[in-house]
Amino acid sequence: MNEGAPPRLREPASPGELFRAFNALALQGFGGVLPVAQRVLVEQRNWLTREQFVEVLSLGQVLPGPNIVNMALMIGDRFFGLRGAAAALLGLLCAPLLIVLLLAALYGQLSGIPAVAGALRGMGAVSAGLIIATALKVMPTLEGNPLGRPLAGLMVLLSALAIGWWRVPLVWVVLGLGAVSMALAAWRMQR
Amino acid sequence: MNAILFGPGLLTHADLWAMCLHFMLLSVLAIGGAITTTPEMSRYVVGERGWLSDAQFTASVALAQAAPGPNLLFVAVIGWNVAGLAGVAATMIGSLLPSTTLALLATRWGAQHQQTLAVRAFKAGMAPLTIGMLLATGWVLTEPLRGHVATAGLVAVAVVFILYTRLSPLWPIAIGAVVGALGYLG
Repeated sequence: MNEGAPPRLREPASPGELFRAFNALALQGFGGVLPVAQRVLVEQRNWLTREQFVEVLSLGQVLPGPNIVNMALMIGDRFFGLRGAAAALLGLLCAPLLIVLLLAALYGQLSGIPAVAGALRGMGAVSAGLIIATALKVMPTLEGNPLGRPLAGLMVLLSALAIGWWRVPLVWVVLGLGAVSMALAAWRMQR
Repeated sequence: MNAILFGPGLLTHADLWAMCLHFMLLSVLAIGGAITTTPEMSRYVVGERGWLSDAQFTASVALAQAAPGPNLLFVAVIGWNVAGLAGVAATMIGSLLPSTTLALLATRWGAQHQQTLAVRAFKAGMAPLTIGMLLATGWVLTEPLRGHVATAGLVAVAVVFILYTRLSPLWPIAIGAVVGALGYLG
């Protein structure tokens, strides 16, 4: 998992490059765009470190709205201000919107075919695995966390259980566990 | 042509504006993504207004999940089924405008205050929760498929692809589609 020293960060050359990158990653994102976003933005384009990816995602998920949309806006804004935010958002949404509307128009003919339904289930299982894998991939970023390894690990476990097993709404996880975790981090950083 | 622009023609202009406003309200409440507001959306579109049937609503969500791109696009499919392209504009603008404005304001505020204890504590404290949320999301998505051995295999294939190769995630997705189409997932 550890691939040595991280390569130097690069920047997109223009809003057009942002548009193309987000367009490309959106079109590869079946059942969730986050795993592809991590691969493209961090590993292929080197626009963000893994740590920055987790930071942007943290903010993106506590704000209302889809976290990938929030991420696109924040990353676009960071490089080119409003123009960059608009370019990233349009890149993320335009082509997939056309595709999904086309599918909606054809849906009646496709949904009855058993192979199609089976293929969709198989893609669903893989996209679940991709999200789990992305979590494992960014896990090493916790090494440098001010919480320290045991506490950070405990927070990962508790939040995963709260959301995935006990099905606590995200708002309460953020307000409860999140507040505790942030307070502990603040306390550790002040010492 | 009218069917493309306005769908089945159930909605008046006032209805379209009302739908847009309702989706704006939901956008502000959509912490954890638009998908978390589906129960309320279904209550409004199916129960209160009767613009779609329950089955149409569920099929709209499933369709968007299967297509490439952000899951948010399920609101576009709902808009399309209710009122054609006018409906798409109403639901998409409603869902995006409030949350995008907030996201931009928040990221700029955070960038200006990144040295403050509050922002640093937020980043450090939220990082493990974000990773926990990803694990939970993956786990929840396997729920309808847990009875099948093939599911565990496909999850493992996806994990190996991401951790140990630099290939596009499209490859494991294609493998999943083939395995599923051959009938290994019921």
